[in-house]
Amino acid sequence: MQNYFELFQLPQQFTIDTAVLDTNYRKLLAEVHPDRFVNASAAEKMHSMRTATLANEAYQTLKQPTARARYLLQLAGIATDEENNTAMPADFLMAQMEWREAMDDARFARNVAALDNLLQDMRQQARQLQQQVAAEITRAPAEAALTVRKLRFIDKVSEDVNQLIAQLED
Amino acid sequence: MAYSDKVLDHYENPRNVGSLDKNDPTVGTGMVGAPACGDVMKLQIKVNDAGVIEDAKFKTYGCGSAIASSSLVTEWLKGKTLDQAQEIKNSAIAEELALPPVKIHCSVLAEDAIKSAIADLRAKQGK
Repeated sequence: MQNYFELFQLPQQFTIDTAVLDTNYRKLLAEVHPDRFVNASAAEKMHSMRTATLANEAYQTLKQPTARARYLLQLAGIATDEENNTAMPADFLMAQMEWREAMDDARFARNVAALDNLLQDMRQQARQLQQQVAAEITRAPAEAALTVRKLRFIDKVSEDVNQLIAQLED
Repeated sequence: MAYSDKVLDHYENPRNVGSLDKNDPTVGTGMVGAPACGDVMKLQIKVNDAGVIEDAKFKTYGCGSAIASSSLVTEWLKGKTLDQAQEIKNSAIAEELALPPVKIHCSVLAEDAIKSAIADLRAKQGK
C-alpha cells in the first residue's frame, strides 16, 4: 500500500510544500468523487470510497506538523509514546507550569492581550521545535520522538489559549 | 464526563498544594508531564532522619483526575519510607478514585511523579 507521502506525490520528509499537498489532495478527491462512479460497478464504487477516506486521513496527517512528524517516525518504526512517556526535561516542564500560570492570571484579569502574546510565544516555540524535528528525523530519529512529545505540549497550550481567548471575547 | 465523589472531593479541596524548598537536601522533587493531554505535575517529598516521608506537596496543571491523583498520593506518601512509597501503583490510585479507563493515564502520571521525586532525593543523598 502507498504511504501518505506517495499518495500525494510528495517527498517523504518533514519539510513539504503545503501548496502541493493541497492541490494534489483536491485532485485526488475529484478523481474519486461519487458523481464519477454513478454507473460504476459495486467494487469500483467501494474502491473510490476507500480512496477518498484514505485521502482525508492522509491529508489531515500531513497538514498538521506534529502529526506529520509523528507519521514520519512511525514509518521509520519509532513510536512517539505520547500516551505513556511522562519523562520530560525539567526546564521544559517548568516552562509549561509558567505558561499555565500566565493563562490563569490572564483568565482572572480578563487580559486578552496577554493571551495573544502567549500565543505568539507558542508559535515561536513550535517553529523552533519544528526546525529541530526536521533535522532530527533524518539525522537522529530516536531523539525526534522527544521533540514530537514537546510539540504535542505546545499544541495543547496553544489550543487551550485559543479556547480561553474565545471564552473571554464571548 | 462525570467525576466520582472522591475525585470531586480532592478536586474541590486539594490536600497539600504548594512547594517545598527544592534545594533542601532532604527534599526530593519530581516533575512529569503527559504529552497526550498536556498535564504537568510537580510532586515534592521531604524525609526525616529515619528516612520516613514527613511532608509532601504538589502542584498540578491538568484535569480534575490529575489533580485528584496527585492530591491523593500526597496523603498516602506521608508516613511511608521511600521503599514503601516506591511500591505505590497507579492501579491503586485509579481504584481509590474510581477513575474511568480514559483517565487511567492521570494515575500513571502520579505514579511516575512519585518515582521521579524518589529518584531525585536518592541522587541528592547519594544512595
